Amino acid sequence: MNKLKRFLGIAWMILTILFAYYCIGVFGIPKLASGKQDDLVFGIVILFVLTPIIVGGLGTFAYYCLIGEYDDEKA
Amino acid sequence: MAKAPKGIWKVIGASSAGTLIEWYDFYIFGSLAAVISTKFFPQDNPTAAFLSTLATFAAGFVVRPFGALVFGRLGDMIGRKYTFMLTLILMGGATFLIGCIPSYETIGFWAPLLVLLLRLLQGLALGGEYGGAATYVAEHAPVNRRGYWTAWIQTTASTGLLFSLIVILITRKSLTAESFDAWGWRVPFWISILMVAISYLIRKGMHESPEFAKAKKEGTLTKNPLKESFGNRYNLKYVLLALFGAAMGQGVIFYTSQFYTQSYLGKVCGLDASQTDSILAIAILVGSPFFVVFGALSDKIGRKAVLLSGMALAVLLYRPVFNEMFQLTQTSTKGTEVQIDTKTSESINANGDKTVKFETLKTFADGTVQTTDSSVVNHIQTQKADTKVSQTVRLNTADEWKMIGYLFVLVLFVTITYGPIAAFLVEMFPVNIRYTSMSLPYHIGNGIFGGLMPTVAVYLVSKSKEAGDPQFYLEGLWYPIILSAICFVIGLIYINSKRNKSIS
Repeated sequence: MNKLKRFLGIAWMILTILFAYYCIGVFGIPKLASGKQDDLVFGIVILFVLTPIIVGGLGTFAYYCLIGEYDDEKA
Repeated sequence: MAKAPKGIWKVIGASSAGTLIEWYDFYIFGSLAAVISTKFFPQDNPTAAFLSTLATFAAGFVVRPFGALVFGRLGDMIGRKYTFMLTLILMGGATFLIGCIPSYETIGFWAPLLVLLLRLLQGLALGGEYGGAATYVAEHAPVNRRGYWTAWIQTTASTGLLFSLIVILITRKSLTAESFDAWGWRVPFWISILMVAISYLIRKGMHESPEFAKAKKEGTLTKNPLKESFGNRYNLKYVLLALFGAAMGQGVIFYTSQFYTQSYLGKVCGLDASQTDSILAIAILVGSPFFVVFGALSDKIGRKAVLLSGMALAVLLYRPVFNEMFQLTQTSTKGTEVQIDTKTSESINANGDKTVKFETLKTFADGTVQTTDSSVVNHIQTQKADTKVSQTVRLNTADEWKMIGYLFVLVLFVTITYGPIAAFLVEMFPVNIRYTSMSLPYHIGNGIFGGLMPTVAVYLVSKSKEAGDPQFYLEGLWYPIILSAICFVIGLIYINSKRNKSIS
């Protein structure tokens, strides 16, 4: 089980990068630059609220998984 | 069944009443979003006004984690009781004041600015309230019955919404549409101050939680709960696990099933507003006892099993259920039109602009009624004409009950995941940092991931509609489905139920 927990750390890390790409590159910056009011609100929410939580939080979680912080003996 | 501990009902009553009022205060803003958008935001673009309201609503959600930090810290240092009395007063005061703000037409941009500020205060207060109430009840309850007793607090999130819908419904029915639009929408905000006063008096007579009082007596309280919770890797890893393995999925399910459905039925399906409110109210009323059922079940089979089964059901069934709801409101399946009534009215305003309104009522063979309201405004000065068309559907009785059934299923997903969450979070952290540590993941999961759900979903639906996707009405669901699926896998692999039991 510990091996699976650590291995999945790689998956969470990839997911963090994917989320970061979508949040910043696809939804965040293009929406901020579109000039439309509804896009602007959406862009701000995604870029300044969701992105830091997902990238910071999920990234840290992924790192802890990789280094074995969630191993059974460390519970 | 084991006998209830002495005084527990008083604890539940005092905690639940206050939490219910806080939820009521929080929800009336969302439930009146359509009216509020016309009063406080520029009306040139209705979608922008609606989205602005949702964003303000989201702003109320986004600050919730900050409230969790501020009041969680206080709660772990000076006690649960005083902290959640403070949040109650803050919430009640902010709600009452929202009902007093003059409209945008009267004071211009001060109106949306003041609404935004008060909304932020509401979010802060809610961020502090829930963790306090849940911790307070859990610390009074026997360890093997925490799921059952804390589930009573969980019911307030739904009954608060129900209560807000009922108050709005009664106010709407008691007034003409014009009076409600002019000033009646303020009444639900004003009522709040009375309820807060009553709840304050009840809570004032309560004692501090026994576990906190014991820790205080023994001198084991921490001087810096924030540093202890988030600066200590051992605790931080559990805060992250609580967020990504439980609260995130639970939060998006909660707001999809109970809040997005309102927007979905009204904006996407075009269902009549008062029918939407009454359908939702009945489904919540019937579903609410299940919070306690699933809370109690988590005492028997474990919190993890109950929580994760709710997430799995939501992931698998959201699209089919929402699809059925959409199909039920489509007039193409309602048979032939048996009656068509048309009304026309004309009016001229002070500027000389002439408005012609047409109302067409189509009754179908199965009893469904479709209302089409269209208006043409001819502006004298600019020689331009504005045309607006809106269409709503009112379901027949049989379809109305079918819709209640679908919503009940959605509410059931909420009860499965939300019923045991308070006990689950409380048991994850020790008493000296409990208020702070459990509040933050809960409010990020619910306030941010959950609270942003309607905004993100409305956006996804409108974009796929523009792109010509035939199933545009289901696209908003990808957000809760993906987040719940991730949360399910993380919870399944990483949550260690034995560890949580040993902490508690």
